[in-house]
Amino acid sequence: MKMQSDLGRVRGLGSAKSGSSHWWAQRVTAAANLPLGLWFIYSILAGHTASFDAVHAWLSSYFHATMMVLLIISVAWHFVLGLQVVIEDYVHNRKAEVVSMLLIRALTAFMTVAAIISVLRIVFAGA
Amino acid sequence: MAEFKLPANSVVQDGKSFSAPANAKNTRKFKIYRYDPDSGDNPRTDTYELDLDACGPMVLDALIKIKNEVDATLTFRRSCREGICGSCAMNIDGRNTLACLKPIGDISGDVKIYPLPHMPVVKDLVPDLSHPYAQLASIEPWLKADSPPPPDGERLQSREERHKLDGLWECILCFSCSTACPSYWWNPERYLGPAVLLQAYRWLADSRDEYTGERLDMLEDPFRLYRCHTIMNCTNTCPKGLNPALAITEIKKMIAERGA
Repeated sequence: MKMQSDLGRVRGLGSAKSGSSHWWAQRVTAAANLPLGLWFIYSILAGHTASFDAVHAWLSSYFHATMMVLLIISVAWHFVLGLQVVIEDYVHNRKAEVVSMLLIRALTAFMTVAAIISVLRIVFAGA
Repeated sequence: MAEFKLPANSVVQDGKSFSAPANAKNTRKFKIYRYDPDSGDNPRTDTYELDLDACGPMVLDALIKIKNEVDATLTFRRSCREGICGSCAMNIDGRNTLACLKPIGDISGDVKIYPLPHMPVVKDLVPDLSHPYAQLASIEPWLKADSPPPPDGERLQSREERHKLDGLWECILCFSCSTACPSYWWNPERYLGPAVLLQAYRWLADSRDEYTGERLDMLEDPFRLYRCHTIMNCTNTCPKGLNPALAITEIKKMIAERGA
């Protein structure tokens, strides 16, 4: 039985005093995704991804490799922030919430690092 | 996890029908949500056919006519009947509004009337608003200042300072906006909702208040404030034409400003 007052329940554990950096990062990564995404679409249309050799030559350039790593980081960051909001909105089981949040972060971290290493390998190892 | 099924005994069933008098020429059907938690029955929609020639122009006039002349068991809140008290907020024709400000003539077909969405129902069209009222109390909606008021009178504001409160002070706390907000539906325990956040901004925007920092501290929370995803249902539905979504954005801007 719960006899706590409505106000006591609403005040709960108090304010987390966070959330604004998440909100701001979501907007900054969204803004960054726009030019980076346009560059990526342009690169595809220009035929840089038409074959293995084309991709290899394209990402050997320091400029394009840098843009690609920035795109990977920005998209991955935006992806994690966005999915975090979806989970916080809809998953109301605390255990499921924590587990799914950790899983998403682990998977995204793995894919992000793997993608960045692939780009670096083309730039530095030339393979 | 997410719930995909309604709880037991919550499926709305067809209820009773009441016809208009035989000599009525200008009739309209009102389909009204009925629920009595004490009865143990499912909620139902009763249909009342009214003679509009013998009824006032607003939906509230029709509800009062039903209660007075057709079915005294119909339960709803009303007081001022002119859009100032906020008592008769309900979902009419699919939109949260005040029954006293909603003309029957604006609605085509049957007039469907439900209580404010996603709130516990006390009876029929009366929602339990204890929780949003407690949320309002939690933002301490009153002037807080350490400087004593001038001995010769009231705390003064310039015209520009006073102008910042326009569009905020007019809120009558009917909670049409909060109960129209999907974010508030999913997380009412922790998200404060547009009505309460507009009130919070009303005090943040007040030049006489000296507790802006403390107020922002209290609001800066992933759930209390940042559950707002700018869906804009609040602004679309506000029967007073106010813009809670803008007020929430202003709060987010204030917090961003002090962080940079």
